Amino acid sequence: MEHFDILIVGGGSVGCAIAYTLSRYDLKVAVAEKELDVGMGTSGRNSGVVHAGFNNRPGSLMAKLCVAGSEGFESLCRLLDIPYNKTGKLVVGYDEADKQALLKLIAQGEKNGVKGLELIDGDAIRAMEPGLTASWAMYSRNTAVFNPFLYSIHLAEAAAQNGVRFYLDSPVTAIDAAENGYIVRAGAHTLSCRTLVNSAGLFADRISAMAGDPAFTIYPCRGEYYLLDKGDLKLPVYPVPRPGVGGLGVHLTVTVDGNILIGPSADYIDAPEDYSTTEPVLDQLRAEAQKLLPRLNMRTVIGTYAGVRPKLVKKGEANFGDFVIERSQRAKHLINLIGIESPGITASLPIAEMVRDILFEDTDLTEKPDFIPTYRGIPRFAELTRDQQRLLIAQDPDFGDVVCRCETVTRAQVKQALHNPIGATGIIAVKNRTRVTMGRCNGGYCFQRVVEMLLSEGKAPVDIDFKRRGDRPLLGYVKGVGESYGKS
Amino acid sequence: MEKADLVIIGGGPAGLAAAVRAREAGVGRVLLLERNPILGGILNQCIHDGFGVIRFGSAMSGPEYAARFVDMAKDAGAEAVTGAMVVGLSPERTVTYITPQGLFEVQAKAVILSTGCRERTRGALGVPGNRPAGVYTAGVVQYLMNMRNLSFGRNVVIMGSGDIGLIMARRMTLEGAKVHCVLEKLPFCSGLPRNVRQCLEDFDIPLCLAETVKEIHGDDHITHVVTAKVDEKGRFIPGSERTIPCDVLVLSVGLIPENELAKACGIEMDPVTGGALVDGHLMTGVPGIFSCGNGLHVHDLVDLVSEEGERAAEQAAAYLRGAIEKPMVPVTVSGGIRYVLPRRLAVGEEGYLSLRVTLPGRDQKLTVTAGGSVLVSKRMKRCMPSEMIRLKVKNVPDCQKVEVSLS
Repeated sequence: MEHFDILIVGGGSVGCAIAYTLSRYDLKVAVAEKELDVGMGTSGRNSGVVHAGFNNRPGSLMAKLCVAGSEGFESLCRLLDIPYNKTGKLVVGYDEADKQALLKLIAQGEKNGVKGLELIDGDAIRAMEPGLTASWAMYSRNTAVFNPFLYSIHLAEAAAQNGVRFYLDSPVTAIDAAENGYIVRAGAHTLSCRTLVNSAGLFADRISAMAGDPAFTIYPCRGEYYLLDKGDLKLPVYPVPRPGVGGLGVHLTVTVDGNILIGPSADYIDAPEDYSTTEPVLDQLRAEAQKLLPRLNMRTVIGTYAGVRPKLVKKGEANFGDFVIERSQRAKHLINLIGIESPGITASLPIAEMVRDILFEDTDLTEKPDFIPTYRGIPRFAELTRDQQRLLIAQDPDFGDVVCRCETVTRAQVKQALHNPIGATGIIAVKNRTRVTMGRCNGGYCFQRVVEMLLSEGKAPVDIDFKRRGDRPLLGYVKGVGESYGKS
Repeated sequence: MEKADLVIIGGGPAGLAAAVRAREAGVGRVLLLERNPILGGILNQCIHDGFGVIRFGSAMSGPEYAARFVDMAKDAGAEAVTGAMVVGLSPERTVTYITPQGLFEVQAKAVILSTGCRERTRGALGVPGNRPAGVYTAGVVQYLMNMRNLSFGRNVVIMGSGDIGLIMARRMTLEGAKVHCVLEKLPFCSGLPRNVRQCLEDFDIPLCLAETVKEIHGDDHITHVVTAKVDEKGRFIPGSERTIPCDVLVLSVGLIPENELAKACGIEMDPVTGGALVDGHLMTGVPGIFSCGNGLHVHDLVDLVSEEGERAAEQAAAYLRGAIEKPMVPVTVSGGIRYVLPRRLAVGEEGYLSLRVTLPGRDQKLTVTAGGSVLVSKRMKRCMPSEMIRLKVKNVPDCQKVEVSLS
């Protein structure tokens, strides 16, 4: 049985940020994640926006950590090679009531310490983003977009580079109190730890209960999205927040790769992992998006997806659900992070630092002399100049073999993703690291090429996973080839 | 910088035929760029027969058809680079491509785009539900089954009645799978009548018209689909739902000409065909850049793709000789015709028109008129949207416009 000082349950953006933060110190740290890769839950299913912090109730933990996170986000992204683009953002309104709501929002933001907020009129709006129909907007200069997949992945890989162990595909099924900590069953592994950090997102209530603190209930609230091809939207456009609606309202977002997102809706659901999209909600998304920007071309839709918010407030409850980040009042070896929904990613590094301070309020921490704060991910070939591309091909001919036509991803990138430092498997691990299958052809060109690469590395067709263990995109070989016709 | 008289982008049937004809027409250096390791494009995964009936008078498999043209291109002295992905095309006809040997730029006097098409996807349809494994476009299944011997499932539903879907219905049946049905949202089939007979009827696979997939279910792997009938406006008819268990859903819901290079080059597109707007010389709005094959508009027969590639090569050769500056007459269409291509014809030359009707029809008359005189009049016993119609205008007169009408 492997022993750790700290075991983090949940490899979302917050769990990975905690892992990275703790990897600086002389500690034995591990992360247990139930999926094949990190960042697979709420952390990878959102708008990819770095929030400035004007939406949150002044004085709340959410507001404080969001503003702090937003301010440090760009330098963290630079340190860890995470794509980031400070686009700014518009929150738009149409009439006098909306204008008053925007002024209130600015006041709230300023109270929270957000800089760079101003009210602008219709002409100024259209100078920034032609085609918008709004009459008033709050322009937030410091809002940004980033790559939410690479955010968790690079935090995790940087943590792994500094000694943190990642147990992927390892759902936590039992947590037993031990003399000085816990013994945890995670997938095929039994691990012991002194302190358990519960950053299990949608399952944080269950993990807390398993560790001896049944005080919480998470209410999953789904948000559905449309993903459109790369277009000419320059910055995220949100509607004026309306009271009583969970989430920030259906908005348009440009991703860091230039795609356009429409969403998210906000509907409470029963199953925390029901990522279905639904016809009435998609209809509503289309209507609301076209109200914001009539020129939007829905013929460029690439797909739909959904994310689920781990909310602490029930449907219909007007209460504000702040982040819960604390040492459990009932289980002294448990640190709980509950209700970490939007703006959880923006706030993730300050959250991690807060967790560190809770963990070691009475203890001195020793920094490792060999800690490496920076991380370089897989080269993003498509973003490089022709000369840089030429240089890479000269170093490795696999950079001259384009596997994904829509996103210009090369064989060398896919190879590196297949052999990633945290041992993430499944085609999803390659997808989230390189963007293969994310383009307009939905993998029509590259899926088969990635499959061929997996087969050539000796993987049997039935052992190839797509998104989850055993989801079996391939049944096997046809009759008479290699093996019998599939497995039952 | 490296130079070529003609660079052809895409070594499928259109590009191969263009390479052969360009050399025959006396073009000097012809460089054919193909992203796959072998020439032939999608033909290589089409192991069924039926290719070349018009062209060679015999029904061949896709690879056989491709092999003939590969040999001809070699004999004609066209150069080909395989494993070459073109990543840039400028209006000045500088072509940038990547191979494992490096990144190269070549300055072309003329360029032919023969970039083919891609499949429409589930994502583009916006079908609600979960996104489980086991949902594929027909072309992906065709490639992995025919080229890599992989199998996908035992219980198959096919959404969309495009030709590849019909072909794969037969193919998967032959491999022991149960193909429950082919669902088509429209009240008529999108694939060729011969494929309906040979791939569905001969294997007792039901073709369910005016019915489509409403929901896709399955947490990890697909478990079932819910289908429903649709009315004439494409709306689901309540109460007509049925649940079909399946472990693979194959989509054959249309093909989209692939024109990302052309668009980045500033070439104007036709929103109906998804291909470039071309004139009677198959030349795009950018001088010296031509388009043909499925990258221009989706064809139903490879023989016609090859023929269009040849015409593009003849026009490119004429352009290189400085011999294609001619006044153009616009072509217009009346109701019932989905598109006609090209949209402008050269005065005093032979004009080739390709068109598709919007709806199936019987005993109709297709007429091409110019300035009051009838140029072509053709009785159509049967018109199908799935079957491309081609017309030849012997001598395009100098007039206000050429009109194509269906009555």
